[in-house]
Amino acid sequence: MSEIKKFMYVNRKAPYGTVYALESLEVVLIGAAFDQNVSLAFLDDGVFQLLKGQDTKGIGMKNFSPTYSALGDYDVTQIYVERESLEERGLTLDDLLPLKYEDEDDDWAEKDSIRLVNREELAGLMEDQDVMLNF
Amino acid sequence: MKFAIQINEGPYQHQAVDSAYQFAKAALDKGHEIFRVFFYHDGVNTATRLAVPPQDDRNLTKLWADLAEQHNLDMVVCVAAAQRRGVADEDEMKRNGKDAHNIHPAFRISGLGQLVEAGVAADRLMVFGD
Amino acid sequence: MATLHTVNKSPFEKNSLASCLSHLQSGYAVLLFEDGVYGALRGTTIASQVEGAARSGRVYVLGEDFKARGLDEGKIIEGINVVDYAGFVDLAAECDRVQSWL
Repeated sequence: MSEIKKFMYVNRKAPYGTVYALESLEVVLIGAAFDQNVSLAFLDDGVFQLLKGQDTKGIGMKNFSPTYSALGDYDVTQIYVERESLEERGLTLDDLLPLKYEDEDDDWAEKDSIRLVNREELAGLMEDQDVMLNF
Repeated sequence: MKFAIQINEGPYQHQAVDSAYQFAKAALDKGHEIFRVFFYHDGVNTATRLAVPPQDDRNLTKLWADLAEQHNLDMVVCVAAAQRRGVADEDEMKRNGKDAHNIHPAFRISGLGQLVEAGVAADRLMVFGD
Repeated sequence: MATLHTVNKSPFEKNSLASCLSHLQSGYAVLLFEDGVYGALRGTTIASQVEGAARSGRVYVLGEDFKARGLDEGKIIEGINVVDYAGFVDLAAECDRVQSWL
């Protein structure tokens, strides 16, 4: 399997109410071992997955939001967040987890993984993929 | 053309398992190949051989098993999703110290890597879910 | 480099169809199936957007799902084509990728 494909994980659902956010993340972590060109898109209610300050003690479920911060360690560094989806929900980038990665091509400088894109840009990125994994 | 199919929802609860079946059958009828069918989330419940739907209803486990037998389909059940939901083969049963297993022999349990591999190997990945 | 977009949600329950329609790029095909078929009806609150999509590109509805729900083919938005599962397979094969708006 030498072929490199562009995989986009499309996240459109909020966390905890249903299992999709968690089980999508599990595929991303496993898929990271496959040396494909991986990106994640967060749009619609999917942007709620990245909110800071998630505290699940009261609902007895595992808080999996720290895993997003670890994505950089798995070389998952292309994380697209749709601007319109944030705005519709009264959110800004400051409300989201600060996802970082160390760029090995730039003396391990710490960089932001999240790229804020508008709807048109995201639609264009989707059009550039080989495989869409939708959750 | 080579298709891969991912099913994210449980049988009888959601139409996804039915839609995926109709799609797979139509694709095979047209001479396409199904590289793999991957059952994820509640979709893993399709693999239990213990389900007894009413006689006037369709039996989704049997429909998929028969299709797999006719066309030699690779039907994979996600191990992590299966463990959570109590779907097990004999190996899983022993490994986890359980007293029973329930998977239909037409299905096999394996890891999420099988889904990613299907995405790499197939020309199209079709996702059926909610 | 066209995409087949599939929508399986009623537009009156989820925003999947609206979100799909706002992410279309040239050459698109949209297939409405399962509860997504309700989006193919004339005279609904989302019909004008669907009509626009059917004018600028291709929109299909899965006949099997439409019939199962007792809907009247006479009420399908003009420009939307009815396909069967074989047609669904053809669409998936001829487009370059499939995006499921779950």
